[in-house]
Amino acid sequence: MSENDEHDHDHGHHEDGSPLNYADDSRHDFSETDHYPLLVEAIRQLLIEKEIVKARDVQERLDFMDSRGVEHGARIVVKAWTDPDYKARLMAEGTAAVKELGIPMEDLELLVVENTAEIHNLIVCTLCSCYPRAILGLPPDWYKSKTYRSRAVNEPRSVMREFGTIIPDNITVRVHDSNADMRYLVLPERPAGTQDWSEQHLTELITRDCLVGITVPAIS
Amino acid sequence: MSATPSGEIMPAPVYGTGDTVSIFVAFPPGHRRTPNYIKGKTGVIERYCGAFINPEERAYGLAGLPKRHLYRVRFNQTDIWDDYDGSAIDTLDIEIYEHWLRS
Repeated sequence: MSENDEHDHDHGHHEDGSPLNYADDSRHDFSETDHYPLLVEAIRQLLIEKEIVKARDVQERLDFMDSRGVEHGARIVVKAWTDPDYKARLMAEGTAAVKELGIPMEDLELLVVENTAEIHNLIVCTLCSCYPRAILGLPPDWYKSKTYRSRAVNEPRSVMREFGTIIPDNITVRVHDSNADMRYLVLPERPAGTQDWSEQHLTELITRDCLVGITVPAIS
Repeated sequence: MSATPSGEIMPAPVYGTGDTVSIFVAFPPGHRRTPNYIKGKTGVIERYCGAFINPEERAYGLAGLPKRHLYRVRFNQTDIWDDYDGSAIDTLDIEIYEHWLRS
């Protein structure tokens, strides 16, 4: 990142009300020669040198982490939209219901929260960036940003509006602070007019952002 | 009383769904899982989540046992923020360990 790029960044509220760039404060100043990246690399090399792990194990783990993505989350949602019995199991015991689909969940405690005509759910982790990586992959930069983490609990409707999501005042906005041991998946409402859609077609409606609750599935 | 996987015995959960609770106000140093914005606020137990290794001890290489009971507590947003500018029906759910809860 060049010096000029850094000076282009603008922190805090824009006075003209234009959307904030949520990527700014987590990307800012990141460099492979910073303290933490160097520390991680040193630990990796030591673990390999002392034969506690093999280089191949580390690479396989990285590949596994990269292999997880929103397609898992989308499969879960489409299954819940099209199979009422599955949806009931998913709402009652999220982790077990996801394992049913053959998706590896490790020790994750998954809680599925459903958007309805009365409630819209939004996920944030104010303390760090807890995120259901097993089913959504790596979190986006905005989710990890201090801007999002502080504002999502205090002014969720304003934050959602900046992502183009306007929730009417007669619908409860329920924020979930994912600050401890549970992980959250938003089950969006199935859009009206999609009764005859194929599973493939429905899957295309589901984005990472709507599974965090910052947007809702939109028919273009 | 229930046994943890390690065989340690811990007391049963103190609170149940629907109980009114307040979040303890304290500022101990170190790794804590209760954010400042919720301290001193009053909400209602939404559900009991189970017992988990205490991350506030685990962070320092301790075993974090016996496990601690974890709850989800629901708050009205207008009870958390004096300047909340959303709808009066908006809520926030957060996970709180039992040692941070008061009746």
